[in-house]
Amino acid sequence: MAEVLRIEHLHAWYGESHILHGVDLTVNKGEVVTLLGRNGSGRTTTLKSIMGLVGRRAGSIVVQGQETVSWPTHRIAHLGIGYCPEERAIFSSLSVEENLMLPPRIGEGGMSVEEIYDMFPNLRERRKTAQGTKLSGGEQQMLAMARILRTGAHLLLLDEITEGLAPVIVQALGRVIVKLKERGFTIVLVEQNFRFAAPLADRFYVMEHGKIAESFTAVELESKTQLLKEYLGV
Amino acid sequence: MTEIFGKPLPVIMGQMLIGLINGSFYALLSLGLAVIFGLLNIINFTHGAQYMMGAFAAYFLLNKLGVNYWWALLLAPLAVGATGVIIERLMLSKLYKLDHLYGLLLTFGLALIFQGAFRHQFGSAGLPYSIPESLSGGQNLGFMFLPNYRAWVIVASLTVCLGTWFVIERTKLGAYLRAATENPSMVQAFGVNVPRMITLTYGFGVALAALAGVMAAPIYQVNPLMGADTIIVVFAVVVIGGMGSIMGAVVTGFGLGIIEGLTKVFYPEASNTVIFVIMAIVLMIRPQGLFGSR
Repeated sequence: MAEVLRIEHLHAWYGESHILHGVDLTVNKGEVVTLLGRNGSGRTTTLKSIMGLVGRRAGSIVVQGQETVSWPTHRIAHLGIGYCPEERAIFSSLSVEENLMLPPRIGEGGMSVEEIYDMFPNLRERRKTAQGTKLSGGEQQMLAMARILRTGAHLLLLDEITEGLAPVIVQALGRVIVKLKERGFTIVLVEQNFRFAAPLADRFYVMEHGKIAESFTAVELESKTQLLKEYLGV
Repeated sequence: MTEIFGKPLPVIMGQMLIGLINGSFYALLSLGLAVIFGLLNIINFTHGAQYMMGAFAAYFLLNKLGVNYWWALLLAPLAVGATGVIIERLMLSKLYKLDHLYGLLLTFGLALIFQGAFRHQFGSAGLPYSIPESLSGGQNLGFMFLPNYRAWVIVASLTVCLGTWFVIERTKLGAYLRAATENPSMVQAFGVNVPRMITLTYGFGVALAALAGVMAAPIYQVNPLMGADTIIVVFAVVVIGGMGSIMGAVVTGFGLGIIEGLTKVFYPEASNTVIFVIMAIVLMIRPQGLFGSR
């Protein structure tokens, strides 16, 4: 299987605080990989490091065969990465439609606007809303995901997409992930909600103290339940 | 003769016109400041000096190279805008991670340097720049005489202001600007070269100041301190309109110009302070400015 992302000995800092202490992970084409771990274990920082959004990073991040650890953020994005941050980052000075259309094309074969509206019917209804941030939390989450599907990005980094959302919306997002996987997207999920991630992911990494503590495949999930309880405290 | 509140109409109209002219410059200058503040979060204290440099550029183009007013309208903003690009790349870009105060100090220092250098070279008496021939003369409107050049300044300023507003509020490029004003790192994560966008935005804001300088050259004299006098009022305009608001800058610029003109008719003693009185009132009642959101 072709490797889309390979991270080796990744260290990252915010100012003086050393957050990642040597992360190693790989993601193959078409996989859904989930990063589990408690708050503060370094999962979000790992995604931000891939995008070059941390203060300083060291080690190796190879995307599509290119070493990107010294690249600026906008150049990294052009390797075909779509990033959906934990805080969703919907722009209040842009309408819903402008938010959706904002990210420029960075690759071939993005979804059409019609396909995106079919996937997220709420957004079609609310596309004329003048301020993106007037949408509900669930709709903002859908918009944050929808806008990176048009661009031709094929590696999606999704940070805590179910956080604070109603169960019915979480289920809808789960169906979206399944569809995206069928379309061939490669997805890295950072997830607190283990029950959401369990049926979707092919492989799991568990992070603790800024390192990968454990990794296993979906097949091994059953046998790792006890271990996960200890790591995640669930 | 027609009178309004005991003042003859031609006097009122004359001062309204002067107010509109001043307002045209307030609007153009505060627009540039608003565009720069929006994206860079820097209060560009060099703005007045860059306005002055625009006027001087027009003067040199005419007197050293024989380039007329119309070409100067294009070339002077390009040249002064290019110096802005260099300033942003070499100096301002090093300051974004520091406190806002450093950007303010740097641009203030640059303003003093530019003004000092021009005054050292050309004195402070002012150099003449004549109205282009095609805009000399004027129209008799019956109740007042309207010089063609002044009408042109008002129309040109309005056009540039509304054009800038349109680009920022209604186009894709403007959507990038608005989004990057809110959250630059997210826009960069979409693959947009935000550092380059910031450089060009500063260059554009500076070019707007220089454009105002060219248009001002035939009305006021080309003088090293012309910007220092104007910019203080312009900062008051920006505070009243609200930092970073595009429409706020335009509406407040023209509005305050007119208010200043009318004050000259009805209560001349206050005409120099009326804008600052309004600023104080606005700051007490609505500290974010009339159109500001932060």
